[in-house]
Amino acid sequence: MDITELTVHELQEKLKNKELTSYDITKAYIDRMNEKEKDVQAFVTTLEDDALEQAKKIDEEIKAGEVEGNFAGIPIGIKDNICTKGVKTTCSSRMLENFVSPYDATVVEKLNDEKMINLGKLNMDEFAMGGSTEYSYFKKTRNPWNLNKVPGGSSGGSAAAVASRMVPWALGSDTGGSIRQPSSFCGVVGLKPTYGLVSRYGLVAFASSLDQIGPITKDVYDSAMLLNIIAGHDDRDTTSSNQEKIDYTKCLKNDVKGLKIGIPKEFFGEGINEEVKASLEKAIEIYKELGAEVEEFSLDIAKYSLAIYYIIACAEASSNLGRFDGIRYGYRAKDFKDLKDLYRKSRSEGFGPEVKRRIILGTYVLSSGYYDAYYKKAQQVRTLVMNEFNKAFEKYDVLLTPTSPTVAFDIGSKSNNPLEMYLADICTVSVNIGGLPGISIPCGVDKEGMPIGMQLIGNKFQEGTILNAAYTYEQKTKFRENHKPTFRKGEE
Amino acid sequence: MQVTREELLHIAKLADLELDESEVDNYLANLEDILNFANIVNNAPVEGLDITIGANEAKNVFRKDEVKVFKDNESLLENAPDKAQNMFKIPKVIE
Amino acid sequence: MAREDYEVVIGLEVHAELSTKTKIFCSCPTSFGASPNTHICPICTAMPGTLPVLNEKVVEYAVRAGLATECTISQDSKNDRKNYFYPDLPKAYQISQYDKPLCEHGKIEIEPSTGRKTIGITRIHIEEDAGKLNHDEFGRGSLVDLNRAGVPLIEIVSEPDLRSSEEVDLYLRKLKSILEYIEVSDCKMQEGSLRADVNVSIRKKGAKEYGTRTEMKNMNSFRSITRAIEYEIDRQVDVIDNGGEIEQETLRWDEVSGKTFSMRDKEDAQDYRYFPDPDLVAIKLSDEYIENIRKSLPELPESRKQRYLTEYHLSEKDANIITSSKYLSDLFEEASKICNNPKAVNNWIISDISRILNETEMEPVAIPFDSKQLAKLVMLIDKGTISSSIAKKVLVEMFEHPRDPEDIIDEKGWVQISDEGAISEVVSKVLANNPQSVADYKAGKEKALGYLVGQAMKETRGKANPQMLNKMFKEELK
Repeated sequence: MDITELTVHELQEKLKNKELTSYDITKAYIDRMNEKEKDVQAFVTTLEDDALEQAKKIDEEIKAGEVEGNFAGIPIGIKDNICTKGVKTTCSSRMLENFVSPYDATVVEKLNDEKMINLGKLNMDEFAMGGSTEYSYFKKTRNPWNLNKVPGGSSGGSAAAVASRMVPWALGSDTGGSIRQPSSFCGVVGLKPTYGLVSRYGLVAFASSLDQIGPITKDVYDSAMLLNIIAGHDDRDTTSSNQEKIDYTKCLKNDVKGLKIGIPKEFFGEGINEEVKASLEKAIEIYKELGAEVEEFSLDIAKYSLAIYYIIACAEASSNLGRFDGIRYGYRAKDFKDLKDLYRKSRSEGFGPEVKRRIILGTYVLSSGYYDAYYKKAQQVRTLVMNEFNKAFEKYDVLLTPTSPTVAFDIGSKSNNPLEMYLADICTVSVNIGGLPGISIPCGVDKEGMPIGMQLIGNKFQEGTILNAAYTYEQKTKFRENHKPTFRKGEE
Repeated sequence: MQVTREELLHIAKLADLELDESEVDNYLANLEDILNFANIVNNAPVEGLDITIGANEAKNVFRKDEVKVFKDNESLLENAPDKAQNMFKIPKVIE
Repeated sequence: MAREDYEVVIGLEVHAELSTKTKIFCSCPTSFGASPNTHICPICTAMPGTLPVLNEKVVEYAVRAGLATECTISQDSKNDRKNYFYPDLPKAYQISQYDKPLCEHGKIEIEPSTGRKTIGITRIHIEEDAGKLNHDEFGRGSLVDLNRAGVPLIEIVSEPDLRSSEEVDLYLRKLKSILEYIEVSDCKMQEGSLRADVNVSIRKKGAKEYGTRTEMKNMNSFRSITRAIEYEIDRQVDVIDNGGEIEQETLRWDEVSGKTFSMRDKEDAQDYRYFPDPDLVAIKLSDEYIENIRKSLPELPESRKQRYLTEYHLSEKDANIITSSKYLSDLFEEASKICNNPKAVNNWIISDISRILNETEMEPVAIPFDSKQLAKLVMLIDKGTISSSIAKKVLVEMFEHPRDPEDIIDEKGWVQISDEGAISEVVSKVLANNPQSVADYKAGKEKALGYLVGQAMKETRGKANPQMLNKMFKEELK
């Protein structure tokens, strides 16, 4: 038995039956990490020794019958923009290269309450800004399906680590597609919850009105389980909702009969790769076979969404990243003549080019003379997008789109053209603008064997609906059983 | 959308960023590209629409006025690049 | 032209620290004077990933202040970020309110020598205070203490309705007393919990356009505000009279030299890039919420003053002084109730107590005795236990070494001599020693009696009952 092939719900079962110990599981993942990390480069920080020690302790507690909680001893990987007390949280930035958070994020507290084991902190685009993980200050993470390709981003480390089975599951964060797009590129399942379902306390802010933490997992059932753990109101985040807790695994009925699926035709238009389109069309047929009612309709918001996404996200980021000034924590330049010089040098040397680009864009759209034309207008258009989604959800339970217009692209192929990189977010950003839940699941591979992702969008707090739709499709198509990452090095 | 060099340098100053010449050229081009694309918002039919600030409609979420002391306040200075007398040390500021 | 040819236009932005137990966006204590960086947490030090949660008392206090100054309370308000870099501002933005303040369109009445006048309140909004910069002992660097970062403030912005330093002084005192009455701020100016930014401009009398204004920031004493305004008016008149132009700038008032100085940091005009804070949700107060606060407001100085005029027959001037401070006003009412002699209590507060407060620059709230002790002092005079001149000495003692007036009198042996035998003994002695005065009095010089009484007081070190002395001397000299 290869332990790292098992899903978390399988591991959980085997832990309960005493077929496996936490140590067995943790050790298996660390061995796998030692084997694959040199190729994949998914981690910023690994915690092998701590993890093994913790696993031993939990095994003893399990033996003594002292442990409650369904996930005690299960390892997890955490994106490096989620604060972990006593462990470095770098946001893959030189700015926070040595930063150790003095507190745990709310989601991390929840993992700790379950006695889960942190295997390490996962690589990302610097401050979650990017779609390829190439903007990490430390390293470029590789796509396990083809090491010459990007894993997507910004949660590229999380998706690549799950796909290469170096962690059983992981937490990512999603501001404009940063969970779903890398999940799509790496052939795993990624869920961005409804804005407000998961506390943002302890997630280093990129764009406060868009950011959400969510699961990246091997299968849909695991996503439902991890969402169960992290969802819920938090007094420390006033934007967190008061929704009643539900068990998302109970929503997985393996049945979509009568489910109304809307296909927004604009999401299948210009710029969408033909193979991606074909794969999605096949998926639509499968849903029809499964008894869903599928209908094409017009939702002409994608372009607006992308434009307002970059305005709003950059504006918020330019303000959120002001605190990195080299005074209380973070990078401080070596030579400076006065305070202003300290600020400017520390920030200019501590931030990478993409972060600076977005700070500049964000500062520009908020500055006097441009505020009304860009920022205020964008917030009005945001209302328009939300209204359009509301209308769509009067008719449909789920919207189905590609997750990304393409499969994973070659490392270095887009990093010089920011606008082109931004355009790749066209399918995912609307979901963040609307504050809606969205899930990406694999629905095929292209002729080079690279995974293609399908995105299912639900109405606010209807995670159960999209999880069930995804689950039903997954049960029918068994992608994971039929496709494995190859770690090939491309055409060398 | 034409952004001038002076404007860009002004914006960089507001953001406390120091750009070298090549960065300035680069960001100028990027900014223009992105703003040209973003101008699409001006074509959106938004007449009469309110602004949306956040993605949820919650209101009046307040905290009780009760003291909770953060005990480990030393840890809040541990990441400081420079400190003295339990304070964050910075170059002299003349007020 | 002379100064009289110009009209002075002044507007004030007053910052008052609210007396909540905790900071505005985190649960750290707000108490003053803690050692550096001990009242801090991840939120007020702006650790990455932290989020603000608004303190409900801050909203309540701001609404109280709004209602007490006759503002309209907004039912659709929000928090905005004001972005700028400064080491005392850890997030690099201050959470404040921009276009939707909690309170708007209020007013305050003042009574300057030119007659009663209404000063408009433009708005009152909530925001967070910044930290504090200290200088290190070697003078080579500055040190940042974030204890004060996040302490709640209200900013009260006046209309440019003020026309003199006198009006500014009265407006500020009135505002201060209102905030004290409604118990939203302790208004301790020395501790910086009440401070004002003063905007001054001048224009030719009759002109419609405002002149260019200068701003003096963070002023925290009445005296310096008056001095600074006077100086700034003269300076502006001078500049204009000499054909110059006033530059719009921020000035620093230097108490020692008595001058204002330009703060030369004009490398760029500020652009604060205000935008709604996405970490905080809307504030939408219900009618019921606002009405409940309105009902809970205590009696305000204006109403107390009217009551003192009719109920206690105080003079307008005295009523103004007493009601200017909630503490004085409470002291007056409580002490009057106990001793049943409001006239005497009023006199004590207006004369001796006020004088001591002025001389020692003490705030009324710092008076070290309570209404019971003041009432006792009055009753001791009324009963004839001490004379009013002894009472003055007792009062000084009550300030310097606070204890019960009876204890002071006992310890010092200041009990008044009202024993007829003892008095008559002194009278005989004084008469025997001052034949000239006796002769003068008998020759019709009434003043001589005063001298004799004075001598008798001297003999008894002020303890003799003056009424009895008077009476007895008159009888003896018949």
